[in-house]
Amino acid sequence: MTEPILSIRNLTVEIPTRHGIFKPVENVSYDIRPGEIRGVVGESGAGKSMTGNAVIGLLDPPAHISQGEIWLNGRRIDALDPEEKRRIRGKEIGMIFQDPLTSLNPLFTIGEQLVETIQLHLGFTQAQAKARALELLEAVSIPNPPERFNQYPHQFSGGMRQRVVIALALCSEPSVIVADEPTTALDVSIQAQVLDLIKKLARERQIGVILVTHDMGVIADTTEQVTVMYSGKVVESGTTDQILGAPTHEYTKSLISAVPRPHEKQYRFPQVSYGGRETVFKVEDLARNWPKTQASSSGKILSVQGLTKRFVEKSSIIPSRQTYFTAVDEVSFDIHDGEVFGIVGESGSGKSTVARMIATLLPVDGGKVMFDGKDVTRLDREGQAWYRRQIQMIFQDPFSSLNPRMKVGDIVAEPLLHHKILPRNQVEARVRELLDKVGLASDAYRKYPHEFSGGQRQRISIARALATQPRFLICDEPTSALDVSIQAQILNILKDLQEHLGLTMLFISHDLPVVRQMCDRVGVMQRGKMVEVQETEALFSAPEHPYTRELLNLMPRLAQLSD
Amino acid sequence: MLSFILKRIGQSALVLLVVGLVAFSMFRFVGDPIDNMLGQERTQADIDRLRTQLGLDQPFPVQYYKFLQEAAQGNFGVSYRQGREVSEIILERAPATLELAAVSALIAIALGIAFGVYTAIRRNGFLANFIMSASLVGVSLPTFLIGILLIYIFSVELGWLPSFGRGETVRLGWWTTGLLTESGLKSLILPAITLGLYQMTLIMRLVRSEMLEVLRQDYIRFARARGLSDRVINFRHALKNTMVPVITIIGLQLGAIIAFAIITETVFQWPGMGLLFINAIQFVDIPVMAAYLMLISVMFVVINLIVDILYAFIDPRMRVSG
Repeated sequence: MTEPILSIRNLTVEIPTRHGIFKPVENVSYDIRPGEIRGVVGESGAGKSMTGNAVIGLLDPPAHISQGEIWLNGRRIDALDPEEKRRIRGKEIGMIFQDPLTSLNPLFTIGEQLVETIQLHLGFTQAQAKARALELLEAVSIPNPPERFNQYPHQFSGGMRQRVVIALALCSEPSVIVADEPTTALDVSIQAQVLDLIKKLARERQIGVILVTHDMGVIADTTEQVTVMYSGKVVESGTTDQILGAPTHEYTKSLISAVPRPHEKQYRFPQVSYGGRETVFKVEDLARNWPKTQASSSGKILSVQGLTKRFVEKSSIIPSRQTYFTAVDEVSFDIHDGEVFGIVGESGSGKSTVARMIATLLPVDGGKVMFDGKDVTRLDREGQAWYRRQIQMIFQDPFSSLNPRMKVGDIVAEPLLHHKILPRNQVEARVRELLDKVGLASDAYRKYPHEFSGGQRQRISIARALATQPRFLICDEPTSALDVSIQAQILNILKDLQEHLGLTMLFISHDLPVVRQMCDRVGVMQRGKMVEVQETEALFSAPEHPYTRELLNLMPRLAQLSD
Repeated sequence: MLSFILKRIGQSALVLLVVGLVAFSMFRFVGDPIDNMLGQERTQADIDRLRTQLGLDQPFPVQYYKFLQEAAQGNFGVSYRQGREVSEIILERAPATLELAAVSALIAIALGIAFGVYTAIRRNGFLANFIMSASLVGVSLPTFLIGILLIYIFSVELGWLPSFGRGETVRLGWWTTGLLTESGLKSLILPAITLGLYQMTLIMRLVRSEMLEVLRQDYIRFARARGLSDRVINFRHALKNTMVPVITIIGLQLGAIIAFAIITETVFQWPGMGLLFINAIQFVDIPVMAAYLMLISVMFVVINLIVDILYAFIDPRMRVSG
């Protein structure tokens, strides 16, 4: 076995706070060998990113390394002064961040950013640096480097930007790259390409990679070694096959069991029980006060016919010179009473636009949306109010979908007051009941959204959506921003809602394993068109459309996972 | 990009039309011009004759159209008080105001950006905190008070600088400048500081908060992760991003500097357009007021047009979506 290029020994990071010293990283050790990819996995707040930041010397004060050592190529780097640390950054250790959309300075061309970094580390002339920059763009498979060189970040797609970020990290042939959730913000197909690129670079250039992620699929497909972290500590370390196939620690076991399985349908999502954080969701109680679900006349609660949306791509004063981009192109499907209908597709395929049009948040450019026999795209004011009580939405980002200046109680009360469902004096009791039913403590009523975790906020969103006692729920990527363990809780809640309250759901996701568990029928969207609509099991076992097959092929196998 | 500029120019024209309407309405509604022009011993025949002569018997839109036509050629009529062409009076006064405004804008922008960047980078430093607290004084004290204080300290007590006027001036064609003589420069210092102080603190506070926001962005973290030095990060990557919103405000404030000059010019008896305007108000000299109003709005509109175009130069994202 070769010598490690990077060695982390008993690393502890401390943050002094008013309530004493908080240790986000405690006694963490692991090694990276040349050409090896080590996955660091755990839920948010487990200290995985903080370890990466400590390695690259980018801890935000007052966080600091209080104990332990970091060795790079036989040299101890944790105790260097800031100027020496800066010289290592980018030169010997490269870094890749999660969000390629925000990692690049929008006001400089990618060429300028590459040349600047190359000149800094290698002392090249402008011409040499440009030649090397073009070489790097070639190496990360960006087509037509000479033209791309002079373009700005906004002219690149998400996947292409992440390639630019990787090129920047490679500028001076670093021996280690810290990749912090490098593909979390990307689509499945782009994710696979970027991961392949990282694998190829690690192998060919003998770079050691620390791959920080919460995605077990990425771990299974990409890494050789895995370190599992839980609340700042390493709970288990070993080869990928060993950790995924035969985990020994309780936390790892329950984390792995919570990963949605792509190859079979389960009744419920196993939850991460470790740490005793399981919360109850009393859906049966809720069902007692729920109005009897009226069946729609045709058995189809929602029928979408030829739905079309165009956006102006290039505006012009002369109408004939306007060009349009068709985001949704003649999409038609039906949703039956009480079923969960899934829409899958990559970003930009138009799935969220469909959801917004159904919720009448966007005007349609063509087609009809029939809800219980009424075309909801042409409703009068009264009809609108009625329709908006029948449908509710749950959004992807639980951080931006709740007003930060409103108390949670007021957020949940708003739909009740707006639709005048209850007399004012009964609203508080109902809101408290709803919050209790979704498993939030009674003091939640007077708190603000920022005092809650991502999973708790998504529960608040659910409570708000249920306040009007809707018949139809639109969930737009409801768990994409959440950890696996929290994801399982939220998905179980949604399942219970459907079962006990007879809710019909439109479930939008790019995560195929989740869709398989959640949905009765699935529609696949590609570039604004609905290419296939199938029963879930039929779709997964015998996909008809080539694009569906392609998507399923990209799904992480997770074959090594223990059951 | 071209359609963006054309659209902006169209909007500017609309703004000028509306201001023109306001300026024109003054003639009609702020006293009767005939009363102002004829003396006590007038006959009804005099009044009627003058009315026809000046075209005041014609309908409102016709009069407005004629006013615009004349205004477009720089012709605002004759000052009631001085009996001279208004355009002539304005041209005579404009250099004083423009020089004062330009110098104080320069001070405000240069010091504002420098202090803003400094206080953002050394967020908790002693000097930075001191500058921040001191800047509160700049924002909260009214301009005339600052002017009077400066006069008291530097002219009355210390006797270093003149307390009023423009000093000696040099003629360059129709332009008179005070920038080339020692007494001219000395006279400029106090009014320029008085006028620029408020704008400087405003720009400084804006730059500081924008810069702090930018320094929190991912691309700054990523720039650090690439090993770039603090100097490059702060002055190349962060400053350029900071300037995008700051430029808009600077544009608006440049207009405000010219408009605010009224107070400063009054305090320092600076022979510029602001002083002219104040005197015009006292004597209800409507042609002068109307001309001043139009001139200021033209400057506002032109400056903002330039700012919008600059915006597109700095931010590449504006260029494509225009």
